[in-house]
Amino acid sequence: MVEPTKKEKYKKIKKTIISQKYLQGMTLLGVVWMFIFNYIPMYGLIIAFKEYSIIKTISEAPWVGLMQFKEFLQDENFWIVLKNTLGISLIKLIIGFPLPIIFALLLNELTSMKLKKAVQTISYLPHFISWVVLGGILTTWLADIGVLNDILLGLGLISERTNFLASPDNFWAIVILSDIWKELGWSAIIYLAAIAGVSPELYESSTIDGANRFQKMWHVTLPSIRPTITILFILAVSGVLNSNFDQILILRNSLNESASNVIDIYVYQMGLQNARYSYATAVGLLKAIIAFILLLSANKIVKKLNGTSLF
Amino acid sequence: MLFICAITIYPIWYVLVNSLNDGVDAMRGGIYWWPREFTFENYKAVFQTPGIVTSFGVTIAKTVIGTITHVFFTAMVAYAISRRDLYGRNFYMLVGVITMFFSGGLIPYFLLIRDLGLFDNFLVYIIPTMFNFFHLIIFVSFFRELPTSLEEAAKIDGANDFMIFIKVIIPLSMPVIATIALFQGVYQWNDYFAGVIFVNNPDLQPIQTYLYKVVAESSSNQMMTNAAGSIATKTVTSQSIKLATMVVTTLPIMLVYPFLQKYFVKGMLIGSVKG
Repeated sequence: MVEPTKKEKYKKIKKTIISQKYLQGMTLLGVVWMFIFNYIPMYGLIIAFKEYSIIKTISEAPWVGLMQFKEFLQDENFWIVLKNTLGISLIKLIIGFPLPIIFALLLNELTSMKLKKAVQTISYLPHFISWVVLGGILTTWLADIGVLNDILLGLGLISERTNFLASPDNFWAIVILSDIWKELGWSAIIYLAAIAGVSPELYESSTIDGANRFQKMWHVTLPSIRPTITILFILAVSGVLNSNFDQILILRNSLNESASNVIDIYVYQMGLQNARYSYATAVGLLKAIIAFILLLSANKIVKKLNGTSLF
Repeated sequence: MLFICAITIYPIWYVLVNSLNDGVDAMRGGIYWWPREFTFENYKAVFQTPGIVTSFGVTIAKTVIGTITHVFFTAMVAYAISRRDLYGRNFYMLVGVITMFFSGGLIPYFLLIRDLGLFDNFLVYIIPTMFNFFHLIIFVSFFRELPTSLEEAAKIDGANDFMIFIKVIIPLSMPVIATIALFQGVYQWNDYFAGVIFVNNPDLQPIQTYLYKVVAESSSNQMMTNAAGSIATKTVTSQSIKLATMVVTTLPIMLVYPFLQKYFVKGMLIGSVKG
């Protein structure tokens, strides 16, 4: 056997590519799209280290080092924004992460197929409603003449009508509960799929061992879907700093600002409304870096604990 | 279970019932289960509001065109990448995977859109959403399951790879195409943010952006008073128009999704378990 020379190798590659010219062309279109819409913005991140303004191009703008980052860390809004972002997201993670699993387990216990289907259809429904419309529903319900006031007054829990969105006190609860309301059924789909993949033999053998329904759920179903839970958990942790921009943008107002100002909203306000492009980019970049560190550490911890991980 | 269903569906029912009730009467409150003074006036007022029909047109156009181009383009790239003999496949996958974890964020993206001349341009709804790497993965894992003998047969008949994709792969892939079309269709229909940041021209504003301005901004009352005033009835209030607009905005999706449910559950499976 003679080793192919470099020249022959190139010739072979060239031949392969030419024979695949249509496939290569199709791929190339995708790569060009990603280059423009994903990689050029990544290059644009360098304006976080510059003083960019609309009259100069990115390369003309002067370098300012870490000035933008320092300014954000010293800004009085820094702690408010950080507290709101972490607070909303962590509570969402703690309450909102296990609920779809519980819902999927309960749904799996329903024996009537018809009822199961109906419950599923209804529980997915809110996922398809836009946050804009949901925001409309919430502002209607939570207004001082709204339904929630009617109910609480009727039960004697409050003595006078209040507009719940007009104060920072209830904002976190509203955001977290409405998010769960919207996404509970949808998030359960993946777990239901994983449960459907559990081998029936495991259930049969546990029946022989005398397990009741709850024991089966605890000792068979849950361990079987653990890999799915793990992967979704890692992704949820890395997304902890994404406190649902769409939702908060709609529900916030000047009266509940101290509870509703999160990093994404701050970036939007500073960058697009005040046109402080470099500053807002620096804030966004800082967030992305923290999120990436969270992703890596969650991945590592989970890998040590039970062997499954994202990468 | 029934309780969860009840609290899921009731707020939607409440909006529907109130939107079908006389606006002034509804202000007295107490309408929970059934309209007290049934009327279609609110809906008439919605469609007489200046600009709202245009917004609807924009939304329908961007949903239809945006979904078709997205599905076609993403599926095409996915098909090429799904072929195991494609030279440089691992490199192309790496290029894509990186985009799932890193992005430039809002501001650099905004500057890019502006520099590309997409600001105040209908194409801003179409081109930047043409491709999605997560959807590509769902497509790829579906295409992998298709028998390769069909492609070979088509090749012997003289078809090139692009023609194979159009004539052989697309007809075989209807379940996954329906799934992605539903995902993207819902996204296009519900997206308001592109309309908020990239569009100033009210003639290019989708209905969700219009509604966003009504719900979130204080100018809502004024807009709605204009609307109510223009038809000169006393029975319509800004609140009742808002509710009717919400129903009209949501209804198309509510009608379509139960029929597509079996597809998207399957699609989520492919995407989640293997992706």
